[in-house]
Amino acid sequence: MSLTGLFLVSFLLVHLSGNFLLYRSDNGDAFNLYSHFMSTNGVIRVLEIGLLAGFLIHIFTAYILTQRNKAARPIQYAVSASNAKVTWFSRNMGLSGSIVLVFLIIHLINFYFPFHYGYDTYVDIEGTSYKDMYTLVATVFKNEWWYSILYILAMVLLSFHLQHGFASAFQTLGLEHKKYTPIIKGLGTLISVLVPLGFATMPVYFLFFN
Amino acid sequence: MNTMNLTLKIWRQPNAKAKGEMKSYKISGINDHMSFLEMLDVLNEDLQKKNEDPVVFDHDCREGICGSCSLVINGRPHGPQQTTTCQLHMRSFKDGDTIYIEPWRAKAFPVIKDLMVDRSAFDRIQHSGGYVSVNTGSAQDANNLPIGKEIADEAFNSATCIGCGACVAACKNASAMLFVSAKISQLAMLPQGQAERKKRAESMVAQMDAEGFGACTNTGACSAECPKEISMANIAMMNREYLGAKLTSEAV
Repeated sequence: MSLTGLFLVSFLLVHLSGNFLLYRSDNGDAFNLYSHFMSTNGVIRVLEIGLLAGFLIHIFTAYILTQRNKAARPIQYAVSASNAKVTWFSRNMGLSGSIVLVFLIIHLINFYFPFHYGYDTYVDIEGTSYKDMYTLVATVFKNEWWYSILYILAMVLLSFHLQHGFASAFQTLGLEHKKYTPIIKGLGTLISVLVPLGFATMPVYFLFFN
Repeated sequence: MNTMNLTLKIWRQPNAKAKGEMKSYKISGINDHMSFLEMLDVLNEDLQKKNEDPVVFDHDCREGICGSCSLVINGRPHGPQQTTTCQLHMRSFKDGDTIYIEPWRAKAFPVIKDLMVDRSAFDRIQHSGGYVSVNTGSAQDANNLPIGKEIADEAFNSATCIGCGACVAACKNASAMLFVSAKISQLAMLPQGQAERKKRAESMVAQMDAEGFGACTNTGACSAECPKEISMANIAMMNREYLGAKLTSEAV
């Protein structure tokens, strides 16, 4: 869980930094060139398989872990009071993770599959024709506004997931130290707020400002 | 001194195989200076006078050091204070309160009767490696084994674990990792523990898994409820010990 989790965090950072190209005021040229690169470059396509494996292993180990942990307490408590020191995020990683997974599937249906299979709006950049991913993004967020709402909600859940997940991964790997753990925890909070916030600005931007 | 009247909802289960249920009892005239276990003693005297089966619960030293007393009280192991049940006093409750009392709940801790569970899974984990092998003969001079103050303190903190099992009871996964990690860390930090260090980490973790405890998801509920305030740093240390041992031990 920890290794794949941290790997997926690295993917989020790359994905977010690439997506910021949407904000270049060049009618989406930079974003379209980036989309073209990401979908045609050989190294990226190989890494994509690794990413898929990362997701599948993360989900599969989560399933195994949950089954095993449920089996460890066959009879539940009549009254269960959570300690105030225990965060809601940490107790509900399965819930936040499942919602993020549902979102991920919708996200792939919205963008990944149309772009790779069937989408045929092209744009001309300096004499070469590229698929117009920028217009696809703008259309989905603007015309189908309920997706935008869904995206923003999913980012809130992703934030909850990262809130516990990032620092927890280090604890699982045994990377705990008086000097570094506070930094890791701070970094975890920072990532869990800034990354989903960065993604959430995109539907907001296309809904209201574009 | 105040007296109070309470409603108790207690898990009753005649034996390990029987299906248990929560039963309700009214109890009156409880002194707020009584410990929680003394309150249960009063209840049991009442039950015996009425020729009913008294409630079975584990207890021994009643001084907060033996780790015998258990009880999940209103959904929290050892009740609302971060202490052992024997050190919990009735002043933590109010007149008219309803108190739910349940046994530790874990597959690895089967109920023997009522509120008493079988915690021998912990003993088997200890037997699998929670010791140092020392040959007989006269002890060497203590000054031959210099141990830094910080390490000595940390090892002592880990050693304060009384093995009560509140960590398992508090954990949403019924994981025993706080207990096992305290035992592994305590010896891993000290020179006497080095000889069997890798074997210990591997065997104790294997035994913990074989007993059917859950796995840690780092919620921190164990440490928050532990009467001895064993820290989560122990679990990180155990993970480190276990990973290191798995990668480098001679056991194939």
